[in-house]
Amino acid sequence: MRRTLWAALSICLKDLRAEARSRELLGMMLLFALLSVLIFSFALELNAVARREAVSGVWWVTIVFASVLGLNRTMALEREQGNIDALLLAPIPRAAILIGKFLSAYLYALLVGLILLPVMTVIYNLPLVSLWVVVMLLVGAWGICMTGSLLAAMTVQARGGESLLPVALLPVALPILISVVQATTGIFEGSPRGDWSSWLPVLMAINVVYTAVCLAVFRFVVEE
Amino acid sequence: MSAVNVGMGSATAEKPKVNRTRALRLYTLMAVAAMGIALFMELFFAGTDVQQGDVQRLFYIHMGSFFSAFFAFTGGVLGGVAYLRTRDPKWDTFALACIEVGLVLAFVNVATGSIWARPIWNTWWTWDPRLTSAAVMLLTYAAYLMLRKGIDNPDTRRRFASIYGILAFSTVLFTLLVTRIRPDTIHPVVIGSGPSVNQEGGFAVTQGIGVTLGVSMVVWIAFLMPVLIWWRIRLESVLERVDQLKAAMER
Repeated sequence: MRRTLWAALSICLKDLRAEARSRELLGMMLLFALLSVLIFSFALELNAVARREAVSGVWWVTIVFASVLGLNRTMALEREQGNIDALLLAPIPRAAILIGKFLSAYLYALLVGLILLPVMTVIYNLPLVSLWVVVMLLVGAWGICMTGSLLAAMTVQARGGESLLPVALLPVALPILISVVQATTGIFEGSPRGDWSSWLPVLMAINVVYTAVCLAVFRFVVEE
Repeated sequence: MSAVNVGMGSATAEKPKVNRTRALRLYTLMAVAAMGIALFMELFFAGTDVQQGDVQRLFYIHMGSFFSAFFAFTGGVLGGVAYLRTRDPKWDTFALACIEVGLVLAFVNVATGSIWARPIWNTWWTWDPRLTSAAVMLLTYAAYLMLRKGIDNPDTRRRFASIYGILAFSTVLFTLLVTRIRPDTIHPVVIGSGPSVNQEGGFAVTQGIGVTLGVSMVVWIAFLMPVLIWWRIRLESVLERVDQLKAAMER
């Protein structure tokens, strides 16, 4: 257990170090996220009331698409440079590879979400930053990145994999997305806590199930 | 899963194949007859609902198709797990047949619900939690078929399809449980006492309705769905056989 986590942490740190040197992934994700938020604000031509209702959807959709972008890239890099073979040869449990890739994807998603919050506060002129929103980000991004890492490891091996990942990931992520968007809308609208806090256990349950399933089946993804 | 060896050619394999074909034909005839009986009961035996009138009769098909789709998707998970354990391609064929049939049945479920909702809810579709999750379920299994198409290597395709089939089942569970975690759904819960206070279009289950419901559930789950899956497996075996013959011709 401890060895697995240690190996996973080293894989994650490896990703972060490579990112710190090349700065290609996070820059692309952030630029995409900013563009997406801008385009949404044009496309929806939001008035004050509609904005309050739509903003959590905009935030989450942007996070998910930015994550898809990042996941595609990081998995493709592992394959192009042949690093995935080295990881598979290494005397570590297979689950550690998934956890490592998940950790770095999770960090990127959190970073994008956190940077978007103040930006959107300015663009949409709404007070969005609060502790509970960050909690929702932590919980929602977990399941999305977990299933995303598993599916990206699969689709990267497929023909047209880059376009296949969103098709495969979005339906599976939708239970999380629906729950977390509803909850975040409740928080943004300033509803009393009882109205949206019931989503938290739902999200936790989905996360636990997804994490368990992903860890259980990952060894079948990378067996050749 | 039984028909994977179809056309292996040897004389010993011929005999059971013929027997299986006979069994499948008999099963199909039984399914058609059972569907006829169920349809007759739905139309003439079960009483007409006082408030909803004849449109309530869709409910038998709606329920039957959902639960047969549920069991078909369960078959998809079992086939996937069995494939990952044994690596026998027949299990993947079984899972594929289950999921394709389940997709059609789930579509019947959504379509009948939509037709029922038009007079009762005064809309074809609404973004109610349960309706949304049913739509998500359909999309997920459509994505399963897309994923299969995208992978050329047959072994990799079977492996990934099995994994995705297992993962996709979470949306089926979500659809089943969503009325428990979101009691604000307007979808009626007819069997058992649902937690919903907002439900629109529920009705009392009389004895006639109860018996008819039981019969149509049995017909959908025990006859229609297995027969469709069986035929689909045979189709897949024939397709494989055609591919083999084509490859042999080119050589």
